[in-house]
Amino acid sequence: MSPVDIASLFGSSPVSPLQAHMAKVQACIEALEPFIESALDGKWKKAEKAQIKITKLENEADELKKTLRLNLPTGLFMAVSRRDVLEVLTMQDRIANKSKDIAGLMLGREIEFPKVMNKKILEFVKRCIDASAQAQIAINELDELVATGFRGNEIKLVSSMIKKLNKIENDTDKIQVKVRAMLFKQEKELPPIDVMFMYKVIDWIGDLADIAQRVGSRLELMLAK
Amino acid sequence: MEFGTTFIVLACVFGLFMAWGVGANDVANAMATSVGSKALTIKQAVIIAAIFEFLGAYLAGGQVTKTIRKGMIDADLLSGTPELLVFGMLASLLAAGIWLLVATRAGWPVSTTHSIVGAIVGFAAVGIGFDAVKWAKVGTIAMSWVVSPVVAGVISFALFRSVQKFIFDKPKPFEAAKRYVPIYIFLAGFMVALVTMFKGLKHIGLHLSALESYSYAVITGLVIMFIGIFIIRRLQYDAQADRDYHFTNVEKVFAVLMIVTASAMAFAHGSNDVANAVGPLAAVVSIVQSGGHVAQKSAMASWILLLGGVGIVLGLIMYGQKVIRTVGRNITELTPSRGFAAELAAATTVVVASGTGIPISTTHTLVGAVLGVGMARGIAALDMKVVRTIFMSWIITLPAGAILSIIIFFMLKGIFT
Repeated sequence: MSPVDIASLFGSSPVSPLQAHMAKVQACIEALEPFIESALDGKWKKAEKAQIKITKLENEADELKKTLRLNLPTGLFMAVSRRDVLEVLTMQDRIANKSKDIAGLMLGREIEFPKVMNKKILEFVKRCIDASAQAQIAINELDELVATGFRGNEIKLVSSMIKKLNKIENDTDKIQVKVRAMLFKQEKELPPIDVMFMYKVIDWIGDLADIAQRVGSRLELMLAK
Repeated sequence: MEFGTTFIVLACVFGLFMAWGVGANDVANAMATSVGSKALTIKQAVIIAAIFEFLGAYLAGGQVTKTIRKGMIDADLLSGTPELLVFGMLASLLAAGIWLLVATRAGWPVSTTHSIVGAIVGFAAVGIGFDAVKWAKVGTIAMSWVVSPVVAGVISFALFRSVQKFIFDKPKPFEAAKRYVPIYIFLAGFMVALVTMFKGLKHIGLHLSALESYSYAVITGLVIMFIGIFIIRRLQYDAQADRDYHFTNVEKVFAVLMIVTASAMAFAHGSNDVANAVGPLAAVVSIVQSGGHVAQKSAMASWILLLGGVGIVLGLIMYGQKVIRTVGRNITELTPSRGFAAELAAATTVVVASGTGIPISTTHTLVGAVLGVGMARGIAALDMKVVRTIFMSWIITLPAGAILSIIIFFMLKGIFT
């Protein structure tokens, strides 16, 4: 074969590996919902099974992250900058990490929130999962963005997706305020150390949506160039 | 001329071998983009390549062949010793052939065009004399090796931008594609036809005026366009297919276009690269047949281009389809909408070079064209190491071809005189 062959010109695209990683991350954060449900009900056996699943998915996401990083040599000329790809990847990965941390902490300390809070906490978690799902929808547009050369209608479409993501994140902030207020009302009657960790869990759940939003803003940076 | 028949037979064998090599190796790059973007199957690609490589070689290969045959050497210096030119041309063919074999085996960057030009300049400068080389012409050729990828890049950039503007930006890209793709089809058909009418066809006895050339080119373009429209009309919008990737239907329209540009590419490649094989052969034949005169004026026999075309097709069918398959399989990131832009840009550049009689590297031009699409952010990732490989092929192939042809030249001289 002639060694200047035209195929060697095409580097491996980071787009589909990035989307595959996000899909894994999304699976991981979605596994958080059954875990939280079991944990809120105090069914720790069931919760443990869910936690194992979350850890497994997080590990798999880690593997995908490593493979993508290794396949991103410096000599590539890309439609999206190498730095942006790596930063989006890092953000995506942090969603999975945070999910694992939340499950680990709740299971490790068998944190049981006051039962009255259950409904609100579940709503909170679900909305954070929505944020991540919205980030995934936006990330899934990357191949279309490359197809249009980052121009025109497609940009508007992705921008509106990111706008929606920001709105969802805003929702989670509001729910978070309410959840904290509920806990504040009851904290005097609860063991102080447990309360400390409850606040921490609430913070971390809120972080999920924050990070998802950051995935969106990194993507927005890609649009701008 | 003594040994005249021997020389012609030798030149035919070497020339046929080179043409075979072009068909076996070089065609792959010209066709692989179409296969890689799944616009064509291997079988379709081979059939298209066979037909259009042959047509390109036969109809439009004359100008570049003329350049290789007599454009780079000042034959006046050789009027007393025509056999030197025969030895030199045989040596160049053999040198380029050997170098292609060795380098391909070793995985070094090769370019058929560069090895044959290096070989001819080499034997002429050393074997005959420094002044025997028309350095101005050689300089132009060398310049064109830099210019052609750049020009192709600029054209493909513009083409892809226009696709973005007229099709991808529209609220209904599928409808827009149906409307605008026929225009690109016309462009491809018109451009290839025009160059062929202007510069080819003379040796098959057709002489056309400029006006006739233009009108026939327009007619050719229109005919191809209407065939294209007919095929595109029959495409059905499949909403299901767009769920995962929103431009699946649009790409189907571009796939029709790509059949046309792939044909143009094969035509362009044939028209430029056939000369690498039969240019030296043409030189040998004209000297021997004119009884030892270094006949600068004589026209070239058309059977020579025919032989070249046949050689390319043989190489393509015997070995080339395997290479197309391998190269095509490795192109995973190219969709028809950008594959067409790259192909049309490269084909235009190459065909214009063929018309002007400048031997350029089709592969390098295509690389330039793909990079142009990349500049428009149309390709996810391009490996820039290839650009380095291209520079290497200039630095390695030229002297290698030259040195080999010098050695063989003196060997032939020793054997036959």
